[in-house]
Amino acid sequence: MTHHSSRLLTQDLTLGYGERRVVREVSVAIPDGAITVVVGPNACGKSTLLKGLARLVRPRGGTVLLDGEQIHRRPTKEVAKVLGLLPQNPIAPEGVVVADLVGRGRHPHQGVFTRWTAEDRAAVEEAMVLTDTYDLADRAVDELSGGQRQRVWIAMALAQGTDLLLLDEPTTYLDVAHQVEMLDLLAELNTRRGTTIVMVLHDLNLSARYADHLVALHDGRIVAEGTPDEVVTEQVVRTVFGLDNRVVQDPVSHTPLVVPVGRHRPRRPVAPDPQADQAAATSQENR
Amino acid sequence: MSAPTLPVTTTPVEQPEVRPDLRTATRRPRRRRRLVLGGLVLALVAAFAVRVLLGDYTFTIPDFFRILFGEQIPVSTFILMETKLPRAVLAVLVGLAFGAAGSLFQMLLRNPLASPDIVGVSLGASAAGIFALLTLGLRDGAVSLFAVVGAVVISGVVRWVAGTTGGYRLVLVGVGVAAAMVSVVQYLLARSNTWDVQLALRWLVGSLNNVPWSTIGLLALALVVLLPTLAVMARSLEVLELGEEAAAGLGTGRHRTDALLLVGVLLTAVGVAAAGPVAFVAFMAGPIARALMGGRHSLLAGALVGAVLMLLADHTAAYLVPDVVLPVGIVTGAVGGPFLLWLLARGAATGRTG
Repeated sequence: MTHHSSRLLTQDLTLGYGERRVVREVSVAIPDGAITVVVGPNACGKSTLLKGLARLVRPRGGTVLLDGEQIHRRPTKEVAKVLGLLPQNPIAPEGVVVADLVGRGRHPHQGVFTRWTAEDRAAVEEAMVLTDTYDLADRAVDELSGGQRQRVWIAMALAQGTDLLLLDEPTTYLDVAHQVEMLDLLAELNTRRGTTIVMVLHDLNLSARYADHLVALHDGRIVAEGTPDEVVTEQVVRTVFGLDNRVVQDPVSHTPLVVPVGRHRPRRPVAPDPQADQAAATSQENR
Repeated sequence: MSAPTLPVTTTPVEQPEVRPDLRTATRRPRRRRRLVLGGLVLALVAAFAVRVLLGDYTFTIPDFFRILFGEQIPVSTFILMETKLPRAVLAVLVGLAFGAAGSLFQMLLRNPLASPDIVGVSLGASAAGIFALLTLGLRDGAVSLFAVVGAVVISGVVRWVAGTTGGYRLVLVGVGVAAAMVSVVQYLLARSNTWDVQLALRWLVGSLNNVPWSTIGLLALALVVLLPTLAVMARSLEVLELGEEAAAGLGTGRHRTDALLLVGVLLTAVGVAAAGPVAFVAFMAGPIARALMGGRHSLLAGALVGAVLMLLADHTAAYLVPDVVLPVGIVTGAVGGPFLLWLLARGAATGRTG
């Protein structure tokens, strides 16, 4: 395991709603400049953990540290200059145009009486260029397709100009092509700008492909943490998801690929042939 | 092998080196906003003129200004300065307060039904005001103070019982509390020895009849403080309307929502203290302003619509039935009821509530 620095980390973090404890004594360090993906079954607390990292849920126990300070002790607007959050279902106000919505990401940088500065405009322009939404600037957000709209939201989060960006299931409601497009976009941002990205994803295989660091959560606790190769094993997937599975190598990215077994029997049982798998992988490589 | 060669119809479009200014992208909405606000100011001036100059006693515009600047004309001076002008000014002030408060509530709570006159804020102010007046025997400023405290307490109760901001839960709790407040007002009126129809109309229905200049001055003073406060705080509305979580991510926490709601409660309360709980003005102003703005929320447009509504409703109330000056709340109630039904029917048809 490589040593890395972490501006954002939790220590024995416990989060909950009412009587229910959803996240239990989680200590996790988010590696700087990397893509961290939190995975786990429904209701395992992954969304809550992300909200906790973004200071949206007050800890029941433990702390969240941002740059060595307790995140809840810091002025929320100051935190917003360093750490951005894109929630799962942000609301696009009726009739708002793209440029206006993206501009709202500059809110933490603006005071009560300060006007729109050149710096604000540059940040918004850059965010729209990076997300390929510049040509949509004068379109109403509610007229856009799901994929376009999600790019606009990402643009807003980018305009915020934070070093850390937290995203709660940024690929929900998108078809598979747009899911890949969205994750490619985030991977590019990570490479180009060095933005630390933390996201919750549903799809284990896409998570393994895009994550530098994977955190597997089950029942509010971390079950496994590390690189996709370390985390996505048949053993861990069985423990976390309760799913009988095989893990093979993704022929495109060479990351682990989970193949569920299930009770349904294939119509034409074929004996596993590692040689064929290998051949498929190499042919994909030369693509 | 023998794939037909397709004529090349698309040529790669070069990305323009100089990108257009982003301001051009928001030009159309900004122009619409300016047009609507300008139109509303004109409508407000026109409605004010109609209310003051027309009716069963008409004034010419030169006469109006001559009297305004101190010339004494028998009868005319009295009618203008003691009945028509105070009513019109009060209508504008109360309309601005209710319109702004209503739009603010609907925007923050994301529900067109969550306006202060529906969720019990107005009637809370009303009940506390009439309690101070009849039971405690207080007058003027002290009554207004009670109305303000009453509104704050009642909205606190609604917020606490509902447990959340937004959603139908808050509306349901608010409607229940509003009903309870009506019965409090009725009980206090029924118990008092000094049963006074004008008084009952003011605190139950809302009325602009016989309001002294001193009360109007007090209301104006309160608005001079509250409206600019709201204007300064309104900056965070453009973030809050993206949803609670997105707003928190942008550094605008829940306490900001509560602070804004408090300003809305105070605006409602000072309006009620002067003219009573005029029904549905706060409720109607927001959706009308939004329709004019093409779906966008606007507190300023909401306030202006509220003022225009109040003036038109009061003019109608004064001259609808010959020789009877109805309380303005009866007219707004009569218009607001169908408006509520229309809003609900439209929501049912399109699957949305605003």
